[in-house]
Amino acid sequence: MSARERVAGQVANYVDERTGAAKWLKKTLTKVFPDHWSFMLGEVVLYSFIILLLSGTFLTFWFDPSMREVEYEGSYEPLSGLKMSAAYASTLHISFDVRGGLLMRQIHHWAALIFMAAMVAHLMRVFFTGAFRKPREFNWIIGVGLLTLGIVEGFLGYSLPDDLLSGTGIRIAEAIIQALPVVGSYLAYFVFGGAFPGEVFIQRIYTVHILLIPGIFLALITAHLMLVWYQKHTQYPGPGRTEKNVVGYPLMPVYMAKAGGFFFIVFGITAFLGAVASINPIWLYGPYTPGQISAGSQPDWYMGWLDGLVRMAPPLETHAFGHTISWNILIPGLIIPGIIFTGMALYPFIESWMTGDKREHHLLDRPRNAPNRTALGAMSITFMLVALINGGNDLIATHFALSINQIMWFTRIGIIVLPPLAFVITKRICLSLQRADREKVLHGRETGRLVMLPHGEFIEVHEPLSPEKAYLLTQHEQLPALEPVVADANGVRNPKGARAKLQARLSQANQEQIAKPTSKEMLEIEDHH
Amino acid sequence: MTNEIAPLTDPGLPEHIHRKADVDPKAAKKAERQVGILFLLSVLGTLLFIYAYVGIDESIFIFLPVMGNTNAHQLFLGLGLAMALFFIGMAAVHWAKTLMPDHEVIDHRKEQRSKDEDRSAFVSTVKERAGEAGLGRRPFIKRTMGLALGLVGLSPILLLRDLGPLPENELNETNWKAGTRLVTDPGDRPIKPSDLEVGGVAQVQPAFPEGKERHLDDIAKDSVLLIRIRPEEFNLDPERLSWTYEGIIAFSKICSHMGCAVALYEQTTKHLLCPCHQSTFDVTRAAKVIFGPAARPLPQLAIGVDSEGYLVAKAPFNEAVGPSFWERDSK
Repeated sequence: MSARERVAGQVANYVDERTGAAKWLKKTLTKVFPDHWSFMLGEVVLYSFIILLLSGTFLTFWFDPSMREVEYEGSYEPLSGLKMSAAYASTLHISFDVRGGLLMRQIHHWAALIFMAAMVAHLMRVFFTGAFRKPREFNWIIGVGLLTLGIVEGFLGYSLPDDLLSGTGIRIAEAIIQALPVVGSYLAYFVFGGAFPGEVFIQRIYTVHILLIPGIFLALITAHLMLVWYQKHTQYPGPGRTEKNVVGYPLMPVYMAKAGGFFFIVFGITAFLGAVASINPIWLYGPYTPGQISAGSQPDWYMGWLDGLVRMAPPLETHAFGHTISWNILIPGLIIPGIIFTGMALYPFIESWMTGDKREHHLLDRPRNAPNRTALGAMSITFMLVALINGGNDLIATHFALSINQIMWFTRIGIIVLPPLAFVITKRICLSLQRADREKVLHGRETGRLVMLPHGEFIEVHEPLSPEKAYLLTQHEQLPALEPVVADANGVRNPKGARAKLQARLSQANQEQIAKPTSKEMLEIEDHH
Repeated sequence: MTNEIAPLTDPGLPEHIHRKADVDPKAAKKAERQVGILFLLSVLGTLLFIYAYVGIDESIFIFLPVMGNTNAHQLFLGLGLAMALFFIGMAAVHWAKTLMPDHEVIDHRKEQRSKDEDRSAFVSTVKERAGEAGLGRRPFIKRTMGLALGLVGLSPILLLRDLGPLPENELNETNWKAGTRLVTDPGDRPIKPSDLEVGGVAQVQPAFPEGKERHLDDIAKDSVLLIRIRPEEFNLDPERLSWTYEGIIAFSKICSHMGCAVALYEQTTKHLLCPCHQSTFDVTRAAKVIFGPAARPLPQLAIGVDSEGYLVAKAPFNEAVGPSFWERDSK
């Protein structure tokens, strides 16, 4: 036994005698994680959260969350002597007079953008592979909660410097609060401590930004990871991978090294972006005043779709009995986002109701094998993209010399027409891919080699698939659709009720598939050759 | 279509292929060297970071293509930090991929649900213990407890009441009164009609009495945009026309949609555009909405001149400025 092994043994003994953790630790250190690049998206979210905590803590040492008016005396000369809030002045101080301050600000902002982007990418991975299915519905809901909170947290974060751009964003948020029927103006006065913008807003959102929401984040992320741990990770289908096992690498040492190393890589890339790519140069915008604005006012990208929806809303207001209801704000600002996020949170339950499938699933779907779900995902993404495009319509108009009115009308019509179109096209593509899979299994892979037969006919040589590949293309199950509800013998048209009828209809659409090759077909083909 | 057949039989995990470093000690040695070099690159990064912190002056700017002028101090601090972190990560990953065991391991999965006897034991425990508490037998306790727990939630909500004052009638009011002078923003100077040429635009605020300070709250509702066009270009009803003065028309600058500053004025078309959501208002037709999400025109301020010839408001705004709210009377 080497000296090092002896020391390791002593440490393990010391810890176990005090915690009794040996059994648990042994199991933990040999825990298996499946390997796939798409599983790293969630890791990126976690790592950028840690980067946000670290860089954010650094920023709090100098940031002064106060709207007290001060005269700027720092080293950025263009703003010298200007009256501004202490929040804005201290942000300038961090950017120009703290060594590494600008770097940390930019790392913080880039990390926030990556945090949100990775969260959305992770969500798509989970959605398109069906990883949200039983038993993982709780984790899906936690994820939707994290996404919603992330949007709020990001918005509050870029509002803190109290510059002209972010103040404009706050003004818009205030208008949304104020538009709420009955309680709107009261809520707005409570949030802002009086008339907009007031003098307390920055300090209030500061507490929410650095304490309240990060605290909830920590709790939710912990729960999210504990569930992943406890339920074991899903895996992609393939030879040797079943619903009953997990194939991959053990936590110690391979996964520790890979995941730990990946944290440093993400941090390194974020630091690189913070070093070379200027982001949110607040000194160019100037301090906030409600009477001014800069052209091309844009929120961060994860808010862009919301702004785009607000921009395209028709000018609708109801005036009645001395009251005003702003549909042009309520519909795009609250009602549609509410429907989207509620629908997203409920989707696992909706799907399981549609398919009637209540079993556990640990093997991921290839997106083509769930055409309806994939099409629904493509439809949602299209909706968001059209909204996002409209959120940047002014920049698109100036960059590509287009008319802003045309872009607005394009998106107004597009948001209704394009998503269903995306649904239909995606579903057709999925079914075509299924058909291609079937062809490949039955007739082999096209090699691109042409051969001329003695009688002059040209044929393309097909090569049979490897057993592994053939298995991958046929391992998925194709659930039968629910029986349609038909009139019973007594002529009752809906014996099971409208709900069952709807469920059966949805199930029919949901389970539309290209049949996998049967073994009979396989045998026939073999005889043929 | 149902599953008519079992899928093709699972060929099982593919055979393990050894990496070069597993079988060739030379390749393993090479991989070891590579990992070491990556760690050393990280060390270099930290050295660069320290050098940048103490050695590069903060006033030096260098030109980067695409990025423009960049502060050298911040740039090299960042590059050093990026190198230091990135190469630690690369070293660890390279180490794991080339030298650590790469045998895939199989772990077995149990169904998530507990065994039936555990489940029924759990249910009966709950029933038994709940029975011991006797909640079902003592409805009075159950109801009063529900009431108490429900009501106690009110106190934190009540505590939030002092977050702000009640809006009262404030959202309907501004500092504009009959006879208030228009003063430039910035500058606070009263203006005469002759100060504004045809085609010109100016931002104004109401003059404040001596000693009263202008806060952002005031600017958020008082900001007014003066625009001068040729009087014959107006397309207004007689009342609104009487609110203008020699071709000068005054609108609230706070957008009637969501309160942004409506700052973009296009001289040739006489359109005002809000940069936030592109609501477009026609100046010649009393700021009628001609495009975008705004549902109401910008409120117009009636202006005239006082005895000294300075521009003044003839009356307060006759409607609330800024975005809509529930109590707003929008006739």
